Amino acid sequence: MSGVVEWLKGALLELQEYTRLAGATARAAVTRPFYWHDFVEQLDAIGIGSMTVVVLTGLFTGAVLALQSGFTLDQFGARPFVGRLVSASMIKELGPVLTALMLVGRVSSGIAAELGSMAVTDQINALRALGTDPVRKLVVPRVLAGILMTPVLTVVANAVGLIGGWAVSVQNLRVPSGLYWSSVVDGLFMEDVWMGVLKPFFLGFIIVTVGCHVGLRTRGGTAGVGRATTKAVVTASVGVIAMDFFATQLLLSLLF
Amino acid sequence: MDTVPDVLRGPAKGRPGDEPVVVFDDVHLAFDDKVILEGISFQVYPGFTKVFLGASGAGKSTILKLALGLLAPDSGRIWVHGVQIDRMSEQELLSVRDSTGMVFQEGALFDSLTVGENVGFKLYEETDMPLDQVRRRVEEVLGFVDLGEHVDKMPSELSGGQRRRVAIARAMAFKPRLLLYDEPTTGLDPMTALTVDAEIIKLRDLEGVTSVLVTHQLRDAFYIATNAATRTATGHAVSPAARPKVEEADFVMLRDGRIVFEGSADELRASTDPYLREFLS
Repeated sequence: MSGVVEWLKGALLELQEYTRLAGATARAAVTRPFYWHDFVEQLDAIGIGSMTVVVLTGLFTGAVLALQSGFTLDQFGARPFVGRLVSASMIKELGPVLTALMLVGRVSSGIAAELGSMAVTDQINALRALGTDPVRKLVVPRVLAGILMTPVLTVVANAVGLIGGWAVSVQNLRVPSGLYWSSVVDGLFMEDVWMGVLKPFFLGFIIVTVGCHVGLRTRGGTAGVGRATTKAVVTASVGVIAMDFFATQLLLSLLF
Repeated sequence: MDTVPDVLRGPAKGRPGDEPVVVFDDVHLAFDDKVILEGISFQVYPGFTKVFLGASGAGKSTILKLALGLLAPDSGRIWVHGVQIDRMSEQELLSVRDSTGMVFQEGALFDSLTVGENVGFKLYEETDMPLDQVRRRVEEVLGFVDLGEHVDKMPSELSGGQRRRVAIARAMAFKPRLLLYDEPTTGLDPMTALTVDAEIIKLRDLEGVTSVLVTHQLRDAFYIATNAATRTATGHAVSPAARPKVEEADFVMLRDGRIVFEGSADELRASTDPYLREFLS
């Protein structure tokens, strides 16, 4: 019983510190000084740096969606509608979530490891000693870059996913190219597109803030950095799935 | 903020008219059930040296973090440069830290920046100083620690001793009046440690920087306390100090978070306390 109480206390403490960091980040983002150079650096590191993994993920997800759904649709003689299924699945759900999960693996873990190493070697304290606020210098540029780049990467993943679906549809399923693309457009409503574009803002927030929170609270030397990296990936992955549910609920109530 | 009350100025240790740079008044700190510091009180006067000795875990480094506002005490009061800092917010502390530098254990250099960028970090990031002036100041302080030719190297390309000297250069680049040293020579061979000691002495005697030093390296502590730096025709020299200068260095021995001794180098050597004798042997 006491173990459960201790676990609950620890979880509540983490939640409190996470909320505090999110509040401090929001305040620091709208007040001076703002470290533009670090912000641009993070746009490049998170956005351009993640492009390859996101493109590959999107491409193969779209391709496998077409492959799986094509054969299922065959049972109802509805193979020409494969584009509709690929676009609806990809843009509303799989694109945002799979892109976010890929970014968790690359960005959350990277941030946790980098900030964790800085924490255990006193570099965070050195920043504070030199009169620099670590939240402004390290957290704000990463959070803003993450929130901005996740939707961009999601759009790229969606586009590449549709192309992957098109390639499989044309090559394997023998669906005419024009029919595939008109089916893709037919399957989408404007609300779906908004959902696919807005949801990644929420997911991007989770990806970077969890990485920053876990990284800054790292203790215990290099072993601690290893633990922090694992913890960031696990927490952010669960956070992304949970946030996906709540953001979808919110957007459904707002858009439909 | 309150100024330091007269009752806390301690014995007339400083030069006449000098205000203490650092004052700790009955400071207590515990992490959960573990007591780190218990009733710590001391003063440090301008240009003087305070050396904290003690076994690992005695609370030495914590004192430096409290003096810089990196930690807040559970109770007690702390003044730095006449400003009470123990209840300040992080934002208020950032300006107080403009006149205090810290050399961290192992240096804590930013490993993604060059030596020059490390040394000029505060000037580049937190001041409006023109870039050419920052570069000149960086070259000046790197020259002071004899590392001028390493300005474009990464910290990973330097030896342990060189990294500590870069850390000293970084801490002195913005001309602080108080420098806090956390185990500056730990892990260095004796000859390299002496070069770091010499930089600490030079900063204190040639630049007038007040020093608070945490170490368990007795040899270095006594060397810093009993030597002085002077300017010479060719630069500067470090040699044994005259008695009045030696008296400006105080030793404080911590044990389990409490002060068990405070006095000069001679008083420490002459102590008959069994714990001190064992520590000194």
